[in-house]
Amino acid sequence: MRLFFGSCFTLILAAAIGLGATWMTLTRGVAFGAMTIGAWTAWPKSGSVDIDPYARATIARTGELPIGTGDGVAFYARTDDAGNMLDGRCTFVISGMTPAARYWTLTLYDGHGRLVANTTDRHGFTSAEIVREVGGRFAINVGPRARPGNWLPSGGIEQFVLVWRLYDTPIGVASLTTKEGPMPAVSRKSCS
Amino acid sequence: MIRLPLWILGALLLGGIVHLSTVLAMPQAATQDAYSRLAKLTPVNAVVPLAAPSAQDTTMPFMDPAFAAAVCRYDLSSGAIKLSAPLSQAYTSVTFYTRKSVAYYAINDRAAGRRAIELDLMTPEQHAQVPEEEDVTAADRLIIESPTTTGLIVLRALAPEPSLMAMARRALAGTQCRVEPVPQ
Repeated sequence: MRLFFGSCFTLILAAAIGLGATWMTLTRGVAFGAMTIGAWTAWPKSGSVDIDPYARATIARTGELPIGTGDGVAFYARTDDAGNMLDGRCTFVISGMTPAARYWTLTLYDGHGRLVANTTDRHGFTSAEIVREVGGRFAINVGPRARPGNWLPSGGIEQFVLVWRLYDTPIGVASLTTKEGPMPAVSRKSCS
Repeated sequence: MIRLPLWILGALLLGGIVHLSTVLAMPQAATQDAYSRLAKLTPVNAVVPLAAPSAQDTTMPFMDPAFAAAVCRYDLSSGAIKLSAPLSQAYTSVTFYTRKSVAYYAINDRAAGRRAIELDLMTPEQHAQVPEEEDVTAADRLIIESPTTTGLIVLRALAPEPSLMAMARRALAGTQCRVEPVPQ
């Protein structure tokens, strides 16, 4: 009898542990070979045949197509440099320089990878349309209310994701060092 | 009661096995992966432009709205595929995905180096059948081997500014993806 209860207990616990761990890793997007620069993280291997089983399972579940290594590399940010969640009700400033790439795009998504509705129909910037300061630096305001200069509306949603895609870039192809930056800094300015 | 830690240890080990096997099985079990989503929208071996992502609707999550995109859902069982994509003014790339969304090859306009990206896609078996002298004369033709018989070719053209989106879409409209008869 004790053996029976013990086995049942073990099997139920095993199923809970196994499925729970799978659920956790897939919803959080765990993958190996991450390359983190400040708030930004990229998984360059996910765009090649060297993709690991976790990233494979994640893209199969979400239905996205990862950017190919010969095409570019995508950096994701879910927090600012200080670790604050990217809250659509707060204003964030993205500033600095970008690594070498022929083109880049910055896009704001909700947690599920959908674009966020806003009145100006702006969902991101490309390297060609950004307004720069002298010296090539730039600042982008991400927030719910209109701002002068580069304004990326966050629509006031609870949590958003920023994706910085570098196209035709040596980053992530040749090596995996974090010294290759600099990626732009992300900092929280104010919350309403 | 002394045996309780032993039962828990067993559960942990079994749980690890359950975890690893479910992660490995996920790509086989997925019904909402990119290929399945596109299978509903696209015919086989033809280039179809993808709708631009919007806040209301997106074909796949995390699509780049600055790009015009088109897809060729291929099936190599009846022969190799010849792909030719004219280049847009800004930036054009072609990425090849297996049936399970693994990006196994990507090329951009600069790497292609000409006015168009032209290449042949075939299975390793079809590549082995290509006569050798043809391989030499066609040295400037790029041959890509697909690890799976079916998969996706995704073409992307950048619109550096929103007003250039029509130009990017027009460039992709000239893309061709067609089956070549199997060489005898």
